[in-house]
Amino acid sequence: MQATINDAARLSRRSFLGASGAAAGAFTFGFSFPLASPGLARTSAPEVNAWVVVKPDETVVIRIARIEMGQGSLTGLSQLVAEELECDWDKVTFELVKPGKNSARNNVWGRQSTGGSRAIRGSHEYVRKGGATARAMLVEAAAREWGVPAGECSVSKGVITHDASGRSTTYGAVAKAANAITPPDEVILKDPADWTIAGQPVKRIDTMDKLNGALVYSTDVTFPDMLVAVPKACPVHGGKLVSFDASAITNMRGVEHVLRVDDETVAVVADTFWRAKTALDALPIEWDEGENAGVSSETIAEMLREGLTAETPYIGNEAGDAKGVLAGADRVIEADYSFPYLNHAPMEVLSATIRWTPERCEMWGATQVPESALSAMAEAAGLAPEACEVNVTRIGGSFGRRLQSDYVGMATRIARQIPNRYVKMMWTREEDMVQGRFHPVTQCRLRAAVDTDGNLEALHMRISGQSIAAYAFPGAMTENGDPFVFQGLNPDGDETAIGYTIPNLLVDHAMRNPHIRPGAWRGVNLNQNAVYLESFIDEIAHETGQDPLDFRRKLMANHPKHLAVLEAAARGVGWDTPPPEGIHRGLAQIMGFGSYVAAAAEVSVSDGWVKIHRIVAATDPGHVVNPQQVEAQVAGSFVYGLSAMLYGECTVRDGRIEQENFDTYNVMRLDEMPEVEVIAIPSGGFWGGVGEPTIAVAAPAVLNAIFAATGKRVRNMPLQNFDFRANPS
Amino acid sequence: MTKLKINSKSVEVDVEDETPLLWVIREHVGLTGTKYGCGVAQCGACTVHLNGEATRSCVLPISAVSEDDEIVTIEGLAEGDTPHPVQSAWAELDVAQCGYCQVGMIMAASSLLNQNADPSDEDIRAEITNICRCGTYPRVLAGVMRAAERMRG
Repeated sequence: MQATINDAARLSRRSFLGASGAAAGAFTFGFSFPLASPGLARTSAPEVNAWVVVKPDETVVIRIARIEMGQGSLTGLSQLVAEELECDWDKVTFELVKPGKNSARNNVWGRQSTGGSRAIRGSHEYVRKGGATARAMLVEAAAREWGVPAGECSVSKGVITHDASGRSTTYGAVAKAANAITPPDEVILKDPADWTIAGQPVKRIDTMDKLNGALVYSTDVTFPDMLVAVPKACPVHGGKLVSFDASAITNMRGVEHVLRVDDETVAVVADTFWRAKTALDALPIEWDEGENAGVSSETIAEMLREGLTAETPYIGNEAGDAKGVLAGADRVIEADYSFPYLNHAPMEVLSATIRWTPERCEMWGATQVPESALSAMAEAAGLAPEACEVNVTRIGGSFGRRLQSDYVGMATRIARQIPNRYVKMMWTREEDMVQGRFHPVTQCRLRAAVDTDGNLEALHMRISGQSIAAYAFPGAMTENGDPFVFQGLNPDGDETAIGYTIPNLLVDHAMRNPHIRPGAWRGVNLNQNAVYLESFIDEIAHETGQDPLDFRRKLMANHPKHLAVLEAAARGVGWDTPPPEGIHRGLAQIMGFGSYVAAAAEVSVSDGWVKIHRIVAATDPGHVVNPQQVEAQVAGSFVYGLSAMLYGECTVRDGRIEQENFDTYNVMRLDEMPEVEVIAIPSGGFWGGVGEPTIAVAAPAVLNAIFAATGKRVRNMPLQNFDFRANPS
Repeated sequence: MTKLKINSKSVEVDVEDETPLLWVIREHVGLTGTKYGCGVAQCGACTVHLNGEATRSCVLPISAVSEDDEIVTIEGLAEGDTPHPVQSAWAELDVAQCGYCQVGMIMAASSLLNQNADPSDEDIRAEITNICRCGTYPRVLAGVMRAAERMRG
């Protein structure tokens, strides 16, 4: 029996929020698998322009090219378009752009790649122009119909009015005519100070289907007569598949194929996931684990340790003569830190549903980079990209994992062996855990020279460890190395600059790449760099008897935006007043993804039990498109960042990742969640990201508070490896 | 054939005895609102109500369920077009981010409120052990409180 989604349970937004609720009607936009694909095909009315469709019933459909994976940018981008369009926000809904269509239209929707906290800051200008242009065309269409100058017409909530003649019409009535209007060469965007839709704490427009089970995520995609493939790759990255004994499982119920997918992967294909997984578990497989079978966390640490003193590193930031000053300094403070492998562990495992025919290949599923998914699929399909399409679904979290399209190629290689059938490839949680693209490992040696007054004269940060770009984005490498390893430590720039002026400074990187495959993990290299820098600055302050806030202030005079968020967090936590009995505080600040962020933490530690009571977070992203969503992202960042600090570590033994599920890769739960207060202080003049930067200050703020409480400096995450345990409420 | 009662409807499925209820619901009954997260009862994405109690369906073999048991999934939580108070509270507070774990959260929260109409902050923190990776915990907490207020009238 293959029933469809239970329509009876579908609930309208109206019934949730009442008749005056925001944006009625989005619930009708749930995917209607199997026959229609999610995307542009569902729009019957002609578009005004690439970004806007207005239907005769006044529904405004906004095209969304960036990926929504929980960060809320689908709503934020819609707000930006709607703001300039001046439509009725209650009538806004959306549809998702397909990369093949984007390519066929000369990339009219820009880049779809969604990472680096770039969804809004990387597209705000052209989506606003899209809305403003559509508005101009709609008004022009009405004006021509009336034979009046467009400049005499005004718009409010999708109603066009010509005051002089008392006439009015609606967007829905003139949308078809607007389609034929030549777009204006130039449009003037509103001053953000005049925004009425953008900048407001409106609710997300895509929530309802998330609350009743109707939203179709990648793993929910279902087609008639579909097969389900469950793959297993060599658990030692880089190892090979030698052989498997299909005869051991071909009699198991539901099993239809046992396939060699590529050099390192086998897959069982059955009528259901459960049957395929059960058969895969029973399949005898022989691997050639290769040269990495002897690698362990210990050998990797040794490899990185060598890099701490290696010659000819890649220099990321250099001022004065740090080495010389350190060599002649009266007092040198030094410490070694490390940061472990982490799995993204999004709640939804990797999957993709593919139908391959000799002429055409299509995917239904999740990706963070539709254009890369399309090219990975085309290559594996042996077809031109024009003969392929990706029907983008929603994602159950991603955090950077789906920036890499390995799984799309894998799914295509499976489907290509079963022509003309819909094949859903779906990983087990265990496969997702061991075949991740891990937060890279690094170590850092920090050495500081301080004078007798406690002034920081010189700092040398030597980072040794893995480059994400070298593996995953080789085009981003320079001839000297991976420039992204210096996130948060760069000398200047509007993306990710250090917030301290240190007269003699050297930040350099010795690249050491173990065989474990790395990836961009929400926050990316800012995570470890913030732990290293902000913990060590705190060390210097304590070693020299200075208040950690005062010490930072002395170094931050030339960095007013960095300082402003730090001051805001400190003020919010009440830094100038003594904490309650038993409570201790820590601070951290950093700049990343174009934004300035800081956190102040309050913790107590009793008999090794750490309780994180309260966090005050401050962020300056330049502009805020939706305050309540910024609040959600910043508060949520502490769950991701503190999960890593408390528990996060993927260890390597016999060449393979040891943690296979949440029972050994623990994450924070509700009982450990501190109170989080979010202070957004958008200072204008720039556009920074929100989804990632705050992650980086979560761990160092808390680690510094733990030091304040105990005098113990935790330099190697996670906390569970020390005599500390998280204390539930 | 195994007979089940899901969302007040009787269904028959032809599956192996050890098949977890999760996969019966998703792959044989076709209700995909209930999610796979871990398969080892750690994350709670697969939470359904079994005779009114939150149950992690990914480790419950179908052989342990009888046709007299009342199974309610997220698709059957609302009363017709009237959302459950937990769903309403979730909408009002914009709790969900990616939303994937939220169906399990909502099933866990509604079960908790069936048993404890006036839960304290500590009760909610102790009873709801579902994993969310986006970080919705603060609003989940607020959402349960809001739903509890509504249910008490």
